[in-house]
Amino acid sequence: MLQAAGLLLKRPSVLPGFGLTLGYTLVYLALVVLLPLSAAFLKTFALSWEQFWHTVTEPRVLASYRLSFGAALAAAAVNAVFGLLVAWVLVRYRFPGKRVVDALVDLPFALPTAVAGISLSAVYAKNGWIGGLLAPLGIKVAYTPLGVFVALTFIGLPFVIRTVQPVLEDLEMELEEAAASLGATRRQTFMQVILPALSPALLTGFALAFARAVGEYGSVIFIAGNIPLVSEITPLLIITKLEQYDTAGATAIAVSMLGVSFALLLLINLWQWWSRRRYGMTE
Amino acid sequence: MKTAVLHQTHVSLAQPTRQAMTPQATTEPVAVRWALTGLALFFLGVFLLVPLLAVFTQALAKGLSVYWTALSEPTAWSAIKLTLLVALISVPLNLVFGVSAAWAIAKFDFRGKNLLLTLIDLPFSVSPVIAGLIYVLLFGMPGWFGPWLAEHDVKIIFAVPGIVLATTFVTFPFVARELIPLMQAQGSEEEEAALVLGASGWQTFWRVTLPNVKWGLLYGVILSNARAMGEFGAVSVVSGHIRGLTNTIPLHVEILYNEYNFTAAFAAASLLALLALVTLVLKTLVEGHLQPSH
Repeated sequence: MLQAAGLLLKRPSVLPGFGLTLGYTLVYLALVVLLPLSAAFLKTFALSWEQFWHTVTEPRVLASYRLSFGAALAAAAVNAVFGLLVAWVLVRYRFPGKRVVDALVDLPFALPTAVAGISLSAVYAKNGWIGGLLAPLGIKVAYTPLGVFVALTFIGLPFVIRTVQPVLEDLEMELEEAAASLGATRRQTFMQVILPALSPALLTGFALAFARAVGEYGSVIFIAGNIPLVSEITPLLIITKLEQYDTAGATAIAVSMLGVSFALLLLINLWQWWSRRRYGMTE
Repeated sequence: MKTAVLHQTHVSLAQPTRQAMTPQATTEPVAVRWALTGLALFFLGVFLLVPLLAVFTQALAKGLSVYWTALSEPTAWSAIKLTLLVALISVPLNLVFGVSAAWAIAKFDFRGKNLLLTLIDLPFSVSPVIAGLIYVLLFGMPGWFGPWLAEHDVKIIFAVPGIVLATTFVTFPFVARELIPLMQAQGSEEEEAALVLGASGWQTFWRVTLPNVKWGLLYGVILSNARAMGEFGAVSVVSGHIRGLTNTIPLHVEILYNEYNFTAAFAAASLLALLALVTLVLKTLVEGHLQPSH
């Protein structure tokens, strides 16, 4: 064990416990995460390629991809814009109750998704607080794709704010002073000095919010109405297949979603690595 | 993650700090500042505050006595007990894992470290529904071990062990995610000094490392507990929704809601909303103890 640990080490250390902690970490990781996940992939091999392809390209499945990925993209885009705004206001301005507002930003991380789901559908229903205001304008939110978008915006709200906020706090005021003294207007300084420095964090937050929204289930199903081909998200379709004892079908859809999720994760990591190198940032 | 300490360069709405020196060079006109603040607060109000208030308003819509009746029902009680039990098992499991992973990753240099970090993050990028599904594929009737388990009369899926497993999966990265950067930033000089002075490995860990990372540890535990108690998608797949047996509070909320028993659903939901508020308060307090750079 210790010799094997020694072979793995790039640099010798006087600290003890490398073999024990790494060994435990790998065993636990394998048991809880890797083996169960690979079981899902292996299970799809029970299907032939034609069966797999047929399952994941059914019209109802394709419609759910369009909704899940489309609404997630729209929600992440809205969160990128408003997240930047909220981070800016929280870092640069002072107003009463700021610390409470700052703490409240993390609510979507802390509030269970089922609670968010039933609460949002009550608020956006025809007779709800906000739904009641929108109904006379002919806008229906609850039980439509728009409701899915609202739920995903709620779920993804903290990501952009929490990635942009620390970068904005560390941004040196001297850069803006230099830009101003060289004759830049405030708008030019923002667009050409501040925004480029924030963009890696902004993109990371966007990608995280998007990835979270694609797989979201709890907050969406209550407000979506779950009408096939219209407001049915992909995770719900997996559960529906499972309840019909179509395990292979559920797995095929899950694997196609996992593929996209892993590709996204890889992209996020590459993105962070690239931006860290480009801007010379450390952990 | 964020800092509660006000930065030097914060600009007051009423009084820009640098206005005397460089009028409006590094801040916006008052009207713009008010407009931006107003817009940001409006966005947060609509998307955060309104849903939060709605939970409590709906829960108390028919008065306190209906609220208490809904919460003191036996099925509500068993849901509360199961939720606590699941969190009590899965959070310590991931706590031990998080400490162990952070020690290996932060204190040593080895090949494949970045791959390991990516794998630890994996559960965050897997849909909760898929997290539940993979355990059905392993232990459910159509799964790999399903027939064997059925033969030996061991129930994992549609039973408490499945719920614990799915919850452990979705809360897997939290503690490790908090501890690894913290321990990396602290380096290992203090541990090396303790060892040179004759402390054993365990003594070094308990007396030097643990006190140094206790706030980060607590932070990870708070986040992972909130997720463990509130998890819905993953648990929903493996639970089977058996009332009084395999229902956690979030599943109890769903059942009541689907039965159009809205007041009772929101009453149970209000417990989880309270948990969320407590989580936010604790989180803010702990953040005050963490380094501002964290």
